[in-house]
Amino acid sequence: MASAGSADRYLPDTVQESVKILVVGDFGVGKTTMIGSVSEIEPLRTEETMTQASVGVDDLAGLEAKATTTVAMDFGRITLSPLTALYLFGTPGQQRFWDLWAGLSEGAVGALVLIDTRRLEGSFEVLDQLELRGDLPFAVAVNLFPDSVRYGRKALREALDLAPDTPIVECDARNRASSLDCLITLVEHAVQKEQAGQKAPAVQKEKA
Amino acid sequence: MTDPGDYKDHAVRPYVLTQGRARPSRNTIGLDTLLVVTEAGKPLPVSASRQERELVRMCRRLLSLAEAAAYLELPLSVASILASDLVDSGHLTARSRIPEVARPSQNMLKEVLDGLRRLR
Repeated sequence: MASAGSADRYLPDTVQESVKILVVGDFGVGKTTMIGSVSEIEPLRTEETMTQASVGVDDLAGLEAKATTTVAMDFGRITLSPLTALYLFGTPGQQRFWDLWAGLSEGAVGALVLIDTRRLEGSFEVLDQLELRGDLPFAVAVNLFPDSVRYGRKALREALDLAPDTPIVECDARNRASSLDCLITLVEHAVQKEQAGQKAPAVQKEKA
Repeated sequence: MTDPGDYKDHAVRPYVLTQGRARPSRNTIGLDTLLVVTEAGKPLPVSASRQERELVRMCRRLLSLAEAAAYLELPLSVASILASDLVDSGHLTARSRIPEVARPSQNMLKEVLDGLRRLR
């Protein structure tokens, strides 16, 4: 159960390794809700400052126009075994945050893309980016809101232009078991991709 | 909980805390890198900043960089530079996978899967 007294703030001293999963999606799609429903600690918030060339922003003639943005990320933790801790990082999906991803996705198990069918267009950018990168396994989780439009999986796959092997699951991000099922689906997919990759070792992905 | 995306200013600019550096001395410290004090009570140099002292105190037991940064309300980039220095100086030990490995191993993936299924 999620409780966050400072007594269980720390990890058991036996933990030797940590892994992470990204929970990606538009603002308000339920990332923090999902993280909170499975995390053993109250979701925490960190800030990352990003310096970015302010493309498309006011053109300050003659100035090296760079803007610093502060991005808030919520995250949670699950101690999976005495040896391993899993971290879940909620990450905004919009294009302007992709610089942030480079560091975040390094070594990650994969990304769970959380989607709200009432605002499908909010997920196009992030799905395009994930398919382009190709190196990070991802699954799509449809967070069902009471007034969500229900699509069949086939229709959704077409609407989102997903590859045939990309898993789609429906979920209630408030529900622990449902959220765990989404994570399990993603990790199963990551295992499959890893196995497929081992079978074809000739294709060596060059480092980005 | 504060509102999403709200902006918090810091009295001290991040580059002051990091002595002007934007990159850590080693790139093996990621968000989920686990940190713990190397040796309890090992004195910090008198020149150590308040933030470095707080980080060492926070890591008296095992915690990830992201958690330490969140509790201390430090931007992640600043926390990773400070943690990196403290690992270099032998005050903190970074425990966990070196993030040069692009993807978790098959064994690790299976361990994650088993762990999640047990919770289910």
